Amino acid sequence: MQSPLGRVRGLGSARSGAHHWWIERLTSVSTLLLLVWLLVSLLRLPDLGYGSVVEWLGSPLNAVAMLLLIASSFWHMKLGLQVVVEDYVHVDGNKLFLVMLLNFAVIAGAALAAFSVLKIAFAGGAA
Amino acid sequence: MLVSILHRVTGAGLSILGGIALVWWLVAAASGPEAYAAFQDCADEWYAVVIWIGLSWALFQHALSGLRHLVMDIGAGYELRTNKFWANMTLLGSAALTVLLWIYILGAR
Repeated sequence: MQSPLGRVRGLGSARSGAHHWWIERLTSVSTLLLLVWLLVSLLRLPDLGYGSVVEWLGSPLNAVAMLLLIASSFWHMKLGLQVVVEDYVHVDGNKLFLVMLLNFAVIAGAALAAFSVLKIAFAGGAA
Repeated sequence: MLVSILHRVTGAGLSILGGIALVWWLVAAASGPEAYAAFQDCADEWYAVVIWIGLSWALFQHALSGLRHLVMDIGAGYELRTNKFWANMTLLGSAALTVLLWIYILGAR
């Protein structure tokens, strides 16, 4: 009898590295394009006050672009930070804990940001 | 060497500080005028402006260095002199873009 974990331990790669690598490149390009859009949009707003920002995010094009930016950037953050943790944290338990914490934090952040955009888009942002 | 480690440092900094700032900004906007005003009060403090300038530099550095990595991914730019030149150009470029952006922002105020 051997547990599934015991069977794979020490066998090396799970063969998901190339996928991680490719998605990191893919999200790097999409995040860059969407951040240029965000920066130009914010610089073109008359001011960054509540009214201007909520009106701007209420438009379907802006709301969808912001949702895509959230998905793209948080995915890129997860992949990038995970590589940093894997490279510099050498104790297995700590590595597992940090990768788990990192995944929770990134998903929580992305969910909060995306829900906020949807609320503004559908309900006009009023509390 | 410096540019390579800067790519990781700026990436981690952007993820943590930039991620928190983006989420805070959007949640504040979705929570109503008072919450948004509280965010703006914090974001307009002088030390917050220092963080914004730092984040914009980190973004430019990470983006330029990332573009350099994409070129290297297709197998180009490995000759020592070319490699060193473009590594230095990311440092120069990110500094120049940061200065230009903040001249524009502070000039428009």
